[in-house]
Amino acid sequence: MTVDAATPHRPRLGVFKFASCDGCQLTLLDCEDELLPLAGEMDIAYFLEASSAPGPGPYDLSLVEGSVTTAEDAERIRRIRAESRTLVTIGACATAGGVQALRNFADVDEFREIVYARPEYIETLATSTPIAAHVPVDFELQGCPIDRGQLLEVITAFLAGRRPDIPRHSVCFACKRRGTPCVTVAHGTPCLGPVTHAGCGALCPAYGRGCYGCFGPSGSPNMPAMIPLLRSDGMSDEDVLRILHTFNVAKFAAIEPEREEP
Amino acid sequence: MGTATTDSACVLDRDGLDALVRVLRARGRTVVGPTQRDGAIVLAELESAAELPYGWGVELEGGHYRVIRRDDEAAFAHSAGPQSWKNFLLPQRVRQWTADRGPDGELTVRPERHDPASYAFLGVRPCDLRAIAIQDRVLTGGRHKDDAYRARRDGAFLIAVECTEPGATCFCVSMGTGPAAGPGYDIAMTEVLDGAGHRFLARAGTAEGADVLAELPHRAADPATRTAAHEAVDAAAGRMGRTMPPVDLRALLAGTLDAERWNDVASRCLTCGNCTMACPTCFCTTTEDVTDLTGDHAERWSRWESCYDLDFSHLSGAGPVRASGRSRYRQWMTHKLGTWHDQFGSSGCVGCGRCIVWCPVAIDITEEAHALHQEALDKDSPS
Ligand code: SF4
Ligand code: SF4
Ligand code: SF4
Ligand code: SF4
Repeated sequence: MTVDAATPHRPRLGVFKFASCDGCQLTLLDCEDELLPLAGEMDIAYFLEASSAPGPGPYDLSLVEGSVTTAEDAERIRRIRAESRTLVTIGACATAGGVQALRNFADVDEFREIVYARPEYIETLATSTPIAAHVPVDFELQGCPIDRGQLLEVITAFLAGRRPDIPRHSVCFACKRRGTPCVTVAHGTPCLGPVTHAGCGALCPAYGRGCYGCFGPSGSPNMPAMIPLLRSDGMSDEDVLRILHTFNVAKFAAIEPEREEP
Repeated sequence: MGTATTDSACVLDRDGLDALVRVLRARGRTVVGPTQRDGAIVLAELESAAELPYGWGVELEGGHYRVIRRDDEAAFAHSAGPQSWKNFLLPQRVRQWTADRGPDGELTVRPERHDPASYAFLGVRPCDLRAIAIQDRVLTGGRHKDDAYRARRDGAFLIAVECTEPGATCFCVSMGTGPAAGPGYDIAMTEVLDGAGHRFLARAGTAEGADVLAELPHRAADPATRTAAHEAVDAAAGRMGRTMPPVDLRALLAGTLDAERWNDVASRCLTCGNCTMACPTCFCTTTEDVTDLTGDHAERWSRWESCYDLDFSHLSGAGPVRASGRSRYRQWMTHKLGTWHDQFGSSGCVGCGRCIVWCPVAIDITEEAHALHQEALDKDSPS
């Protein structure tokens, strides 16, 4: 390998998958116009979704998708962490345990019996946990799936050595900036926007729907104030539970006010 | 300042309003006014006066907004909607400069050229007229002037429409901003709908306003229209849905920083930021630096920010200074009613009621002010 003085060391990128649907990695592949420049700036050393020839570590930037659901996962994320200078988790699975964290509130053995023909072959942990529950994480990018623009912002900020501009405020900020009349106030439609992390650009309210929280909690969600509002907009207790337990189960559950057992 | 005393007053019919939009557009202006869309009366570019929300009114309450059919054809019988003129004068995101690094490493920085549309705002409510004056003072009155705002503002032609149908969340009388139009307009109008027909009493506030009026089909103001207009605005003053406590609000806020009430409101506040974004005077922006993957191209933007954002008071290494919802709500309300006076010589609230309507959980600045006042009274005279 010859070292060209004009092209200094290109930072090495690794993209890793844990329990997830691949949607967040696909967001990276969706960055069509930027993929070529990205390959110019970074050495894409490990990205199974895009190449079948994974390179070994260490990695300057690792993007990690998915949650930890097996003992082997828990071991593998430690190895990846040890080989990564900066580790960024992407998506609801990696940052909150994902929809599969529903198991945290149920009996996994029972799930296993119902879902699999030969449950004895399935080795799994009783919980689905975010990456940050296992190793230190440098930045968490929320969303289910993540937003393309925000992913590029995290990568370009990494390359420029600056803090990514990913505000932790509510979806309402984006809604007002976009000029959408609030669906809760103007139509009585239940909306999780006031407690949900911005990032989608307030997509659902722009189409007349309430936000259902796929970006997870904002930086300062006030759940005890939010839940009565959802109820007064017509949601039953069960609806409230379901909307909070969809994409970011574990994260919203952690901040829910005490509930009485049914 | 009264409604019907100016000698230049004239009367326009609906065809006069049609002509007004036509004439302004022919003069190269982008006419923005109210129109019914998405179940709300929004501000949007108008191609003709036919797009005005004739026959629509609004039903307002804390956290509640509905458009309703009226049994008349009034065009301006609605009060403040989800947006305000700041959406046009201080857009939510504006590029400030662009920088490029050439192959030789040379850096070129190009400030953004601002050639804003030349706006005509049709239907500026008196409270909003005051809000524009307040933002003028904030954004161009001090040492740090926003040239882009200045350019947008200098080119804007303001047609005020006095209020004859205040909302249940309005309190301009308490704030001294309405329902009659104060200074600052190019043209002011009052809508009159009675047995004698649907018409608008209009008068000019500037030479350009007079010039525009002269181009429209109009007739001299008759005493009956003057009286009807005057009475309608007077009656509106008596129908305010909300009031502020009749005290020096600046002193009230300065004296109640440790009130128990802040905990109460903080338990209800979602810190969602809707109130600041909807408020016509809130002016806060933050800067956003954008780079591309190569690092050879960078841009700086400013975008709306709010004191409800944790990042608003973020100090490097120390995190947010105002971490609690209590401190953030208190910042907002004390700024609006109290410290704004210290900074800019006026109240930061014009009584439009938007923050009450567009707060999803119906937190009401007037109710909070009354509660603070009551708490202060109770403290001063313990029973
Ligand atoms: S529609 Fe939802 S996200 Fe938008 S302002 Fe209303 S509550 Fe917030
Ligand atoms: S504080 Fe509320 S009532 Fe006062 S000007 Fe702002 S939005 Fe209007
Ligand atoms: S109330 Fe908050 S957002 Fe509004 S001007 Fe004051 S500090 Fe800025
Ligand atoms: S007062 Fe209402 S609109 Fe303002 S931040 Fe609190 S909940 Fe949101």
